[in-house]
Amino acid sequence: MMRRLLAVFHARNLEFVRDRVPFAFTLLLPVMLVIGMSFVLGGPPRPLFKVGVLDGPADEHAHPFVAAEELYVQIVPLTDRDEALHKLTHQQLDLLVDFGSGTRYWVNTDSPKGHLVEKLLLADEPGARREPVTGKALRYVDWLFPGILGMNMMFNCLFGVGYVVLRYRKSGFLKRLHATPLTAFEFLAAQVLSRLTLIVAVTLILYLGIGVLIHFHSAGNPALLALLALLGALSLIALGLTVAARFSSEEMVGILLNLLTWPMMLLSGVWFSLEGSPRWVQWVAHAFPLTHLLDAARAVMLDGAGLTQIAPNLLYLAATTLVFLAFGAWSFRWRID
Amino acid sequence: MTAPLLEVRDLVKQYPATTAVDGVSFAVPEGMCFGLLGPNGAGKTTTVEIMEGILPPTSGEMHYRGEPLGRRFREDAGILFQKTALQDHLTVRQSVALFRGLYTHGLSVDEVLRLCTLEQLAGRDARKLSGGQQQRLLLAIALVNDPAVLFLDEPTTGLDPQARRNFWQLVESIKARRKTIILTTHYMEEAELLCDEIAIMDGGRIVAQGAPRRLLREHFPEVLLELPSADFPHTARSLPLKLTEVHGNVEITTHDLEATLRTLLAAHVPLINLRVRPPNLEDLFLELTGKELRP
Repeated sequence: MMRRLLAVFHARNLEFVRDRVPFAFTLLLPVMLVIGMSFVLGGPPRPLFKVGVLDGPADEHAHPFVAAEELYVQIVPLTDRDEALHKLTHQQLDLLVDFGSGTRYWVNTDSPKGHLVEKLLLADEPGARREPVTGKALRYVDWLFPGILGMNMMFNCLFGVGYVVLRYRKSGFLKRLHATPLTAFEFLAAQVLSRLTLIVAVTLILYLGIGVLIHFHSAGNPALLALLALLGALSLIALGLTVAARFSSEEMVGILLNLLTWPMMLLSGVWFSLEGSPRWVQWVAHAFPLTHLLDAARAVMLDGAGLTQIAPNLLYLAATTLVFLAFGAWSFRWRID
Repeated sequence: MTAPLLEVRDLVKQYPATTAVDGVSFAVPEGMCFGLLGPNGAGKTTTVEIMEGILPPTSGEMHYRGEPLGRRFREDAGILFQKTALQDHLTVRQSVALFRGLYTHGLSVDEVLRLCTLEQLAGRDARKLSGGQQQRLLLAIALVNDPAVLFLDEPTTGLDPQARRNFWQLVESIKARRKTIILTTHYMEEAELLCDEIAIMDGGRIVAQGAPRRLLREHFPEVLLELPSADFPHTARSLPLKLTEVHGNVEITTHDLEATLRTLLAAHVPLINLRVRPPNLEDLFLELTGKELRP
C-alpha cells in the first residue's frame, strides 16, 4: 500500500513543482498582500485616544472627564475586565477606567498615548487609583499576518486539491489509475499528503519570510503552531476533496469552491475581527474550519496561548477532517458518469 | 479441461436510453489474441471496460482464471484505453515509473522502455510526444506489470500508417511472449494480422465468432471479382451473375471463376481493370450486418 501511495505522492509533487507559474504565485501572492495591506492600513495612527470604560454609568458621556475630553477621547464601553485588560496590553485601548466607587484606572506604561491620556484623566480625577500594565502595541499587520497565512492555506488546499482531482477525472487519468491495483483511499491519501507537504513548506517559508519583513515575533510555541498548521491544512484539504470527489464539471466545482472560499474569507476573520458582529454571523463563522484555524493561530502567535487554550479549535479541525474525508471517500468517482 | 483465462457470461449493460451490451458471452484461453470487431457504438469498448473491471455490468459475470475479478486480476492485467491522458509535467521515464510503483511485480522501467523502443525518449516531457510515440508510452505503461492479459482498445486509431505498422510489430513481439491479448479495433487489417480469434459485434451482440480464416471460409466459399462500375456496361447487368455495387465498383461473387470470366468476355465486358481478391473481414462484416465497418 505504501509503495503505491508513495508513487502517486511523488508524481504529484513533481507535477506541482514543475508547474512554475502557480508555484510562484503560491509564494508571491501572500507576500504582496501583506506588504500591500500594511501600506494601506499602516501609517500614523489617528490622533484620538481610545478609553475603555468599565461598568460605567448608563450614559458614559455624563462623567465630567468624558464630557470635558469628548473631542479627543473615544469611549469604548466594556463589561468584561479581562477582555478589556487584554486590549489594553495590546494597546488597542489607551486607557481603561472604572468609574465605580472611587475611580480606578489601568494604563499601559509602554504606551506613549496612554501616558498622555492618563494626564487628561488625572486633571479631572486627581484621586483616581493607578494600576499599571505593560505590553507592546499590536499593529494591524501583526493581526493580519495569521489571517493572510490562513487564507493562502485555504485557497491552496481547496482550489489546489479540487481542481487537480477534477482535471485528473476529466482527462481520464483517474480512470487509468482505477485500472491498476491503486485504491481510492490510497489515491486520496497521496493527494492529501502531497498537498499537506507543500502547504506546510510554503506556509513555513512565508511565516519566516514575511515575519522577517514585518518584524513579527510570535509569542507562542512554534511546535504548537506547526501542529495547528498541520491540522488546519488537513481539514481544508479534506474539504477540497469532498468537492472534487464526485463532480466532473469545471463550472460546478468552480461554483462550489467559490461558495466555500468567499464566505470563509469574509467571515473567518482574515481581514477584520468578528467581535461585535451579529450572533448568527459568528455562529456561521464558527462552522468554518478557517475560523478555528485563525482564532487559534492568533491566540498562539499574538497572546502566547498554550495547548489547552486552543484544544477546542484543534479538536474541531481534527473532527472536520475525519467527516470531510469520510464523505469524500464515500462519494468518490474515478470516472465521468 | 483447464478454465479459460478470461470468461464472459451473459454480459448486459443498460443505460437509460440504450442497451450498449446485450447478452455477450465468450471465453479466451491463455496465450490467445482475441479481437472484438465492430463499428463505433457496437458495444466493443463497453464490453472491454466491463472485462477490465472499470465499468460495472447491469447483469452477467466476468471470470479471470475461474474466479470473479479481484485484486489478482488488477495485478495481472495491462490496459491501454482508447484515450488516456497522463499526469502533466512528467517525463516518459517518470510516467512509466509512476505506474510501475502501483504494482507489486513487473518489469523494470528500463526493460519496458527498451521493449517499446522508448529509450531515446526517456527524458522527454510525455506531453511532447507524437501520436505514435504517445501510444508506445501508453503500451509501455500497460506492460509495466508484465501482464498476463493485455487489453488494447483501438490502439492504432488516429495513427499514421507507418506508426500503425510499428505498433503492430510491437504487439507481435508481445504475442511472441505468449501473452493473452484482448484487442478491439475497426481496422480489419489489424484484426487479420494480429488476432487468433475474433468476435464481430453489432448493436451490443456478437453476430459471429471464430478464427478469421474459418469465418471467411464459412461465409464466403466464393471468390470476389471487382470491376470499376464505369467499365461495366449497362447491358451486362442483366447477366446471370451475383452482383453488388460498392464504392464505384461492381463486385461479382462466384464459385466458378473460369465460367464467370467466360460469361463476362462473351458480354464484351472489358477486363483490363479486373481484380480478383479473396474476401476479407470487411466483406464479412458487410455480409453479416449490412453495414460498413468504418464509420
